[in-house]
Amino acid sequence: MTDASMPARYERPSALAFLGYAAAVVIILWSFAGAGFSIDKEISSPPRFADFIDRAFPPNMEPKVLARLGWKMLETLQIALAGAVIGIVCSVPVALLAARGLIAPTWINQVVRTGLGFIRAVPDIAWALVFVVAVGLGPFAGMLAIAIDTIGFCGRFFADDMEAADKGPSESLTATGARKLDVVACATIPATMPAFISTSLFATEKAVRSSTILGLVGAGGIGIELKVGFDLFDYPTAMTVILMIAVVVISFEYLSGWARTKIIGEQR
Amino acid sequence: MSARCIRTPGTHSSTISSVTNLTTETQVAPTRPQQTGAEVFAPVLPVDLRVTRLAKSFAGTLIFKNVSFGLSRGEAVAIVGANGTGKSTLLRCLMGLIPADAGAIDVLGTDVRGAKSSDLRAMRAQMGLVSQKHNLVPRLSVLSNVVQGLLGQSPGIRHWSQSFAPAASRAEAMAALTKVGLAHLASRRADRLSGGQSQRVAIARALVGQPKILIADEPTASLDPAAGEDVMDLFFDLARQEGVTVIFISHNIDHALRYGDRVLGLADGGMPLDARAKNLSAQDLRGLYD
Repeated sequence: MTDASMPARYERPSALAFLGYAAAVVIILWSFAGAGFSIDKEISSPPRFADFIDRAFPPNMEPKVLARLGWKMLETLQIALAGAVIGIVCSVPVALLAARGLIAPTWINQVVRTGLGFIRAVPDIAWALVFVVAVGLGPFAGMLAIAIDTIGFCGRFFADDMEAADKGPSESLTATGARKLDVVACATIPATMPAFISTSLFATEKAVRSSTILGLVGAGGIGIELKVGFDLFDYPTAMTVILMIAVVVISFEYLSGWARTKIIGEQR
Repeated sequence: MSARCIRTPGTHSSTISSVTNLTTETQVAPTRPQQTGAEVFAPVLPVDLRVTRLAKSFAGTLIFKNVSFGLSRGEAVAIVGANGTGKSTLLRCLMGLIPADAGAIDVLGTDVRGAKSSDLRAMRAQMGLVSQKHNLVPRLSVLSNVVQGLLGQSPGIRHWSQSFAPAASRAEAMAALTKVGLAHLASRRADRLSGGQSQRVAIARALVGQPKILIADEPTASLDPAAGEDVMDLFFDLARQEGVTVIFISHNIDHALRYGDRVLGLADGGMPLDARAKNLSAQDLRGLYD
């Protein structure tokens, strides 16, 4: 036996750490206050919610309505897919410039990363408003909003994936006298391909979710039907739209998960 | 290696090969050639690599300093030393993959420390590296991995994959795979190979560009002893067939003595050992690990 004493089960925090915890609690409570958190409203909301459910059910299942909503849902998926594909393809060169230690000098990495941060900071619905102003109402504005939002998401994650890639193959190719671009194309990108595919599938899922609400600001898709349904107090139709969105988004998530397993699961 | 040295009356070589004639003790410092009357042993082959008073630190911690040695064409040199003595760092400095802090490195006529990127690439195109881990690109085929060994000589998309490669490059890559006995696995994905097979492909990739200098950083470290022996035999058979200068790191004292013409030992921030392998015993090298 040594004379080492048993360590305390819980470490006593330092004074600085204690102040940090206290500050965190204050900031959280302050946020609740700013968000208008109200116990009274929490208690009174279930009856109102029940009233909405009562008025919304059964959902509107008229064939004419379903056909109209179905076409709008298809347009929504087209917006999501087209925007996501453009965004993912454009993200690769952007990520090459953003990734540290690959092909671009540090100052370019910083500029591109700041740009990507700005893109992510602006919500997709705000991008949709901007593009409605720029190209007019309709699905094209929505597609552009999805594309730019995808670049912000994938550009950042692709760059992080490339920075984290195993440096061994890159070093071996550099040692043959290969140029930086050749090394990235032959070693870095193949090594990060599984991560690229996974991120791209997540981005497409995100695009499908986002595209369902872009119609609220006139950027195409099924969102406009949701807005009209609530504006006209046509809650059954609004509920049909909500259920349709849920079915499509959840189905796409399952499809994406299956594709991810099929493509990446084969990796050893 | 001694077969490559001839008696040259009056020659006063300053290359490190002259140093290697001297060794009878474990600790040998570089000295001038031993003169025996009017004759000395000296290489007539060119010097491929010369390092002078090299120093390297990481974050203020000295790795090594005052390291000097040279390699003649066709020589095989083993670098030994305990972990953390800077063996891998030294090799990376030689290839210009990381910068040295002080000293001079001349590889195939290129001043590595002062060279432009394009000059460094041209120099590396005449070298091959086999690492501890094979470092193949896992998702690509064996043939594509070997074709990429030609990127230094022929940059660009044609050598990104065997699919785009010119017929001559594909043939060279297949020839390299034949030399390592793996031509039949050319289409297999690199991540479907065993450790020994992967290291053989890495050797093929290093050799396909017909390098003048081969660098191997513990090429058998991740292999079982039998596979390690196979890989070392193959590596040195091919290197000697091609007349390539080899510098390799090994923690296996037997390998260092068996495959190296010379042994360089790193310890205590310097290189206290530079001796001919035939004049050393395993016991001599064990002292470096104490």
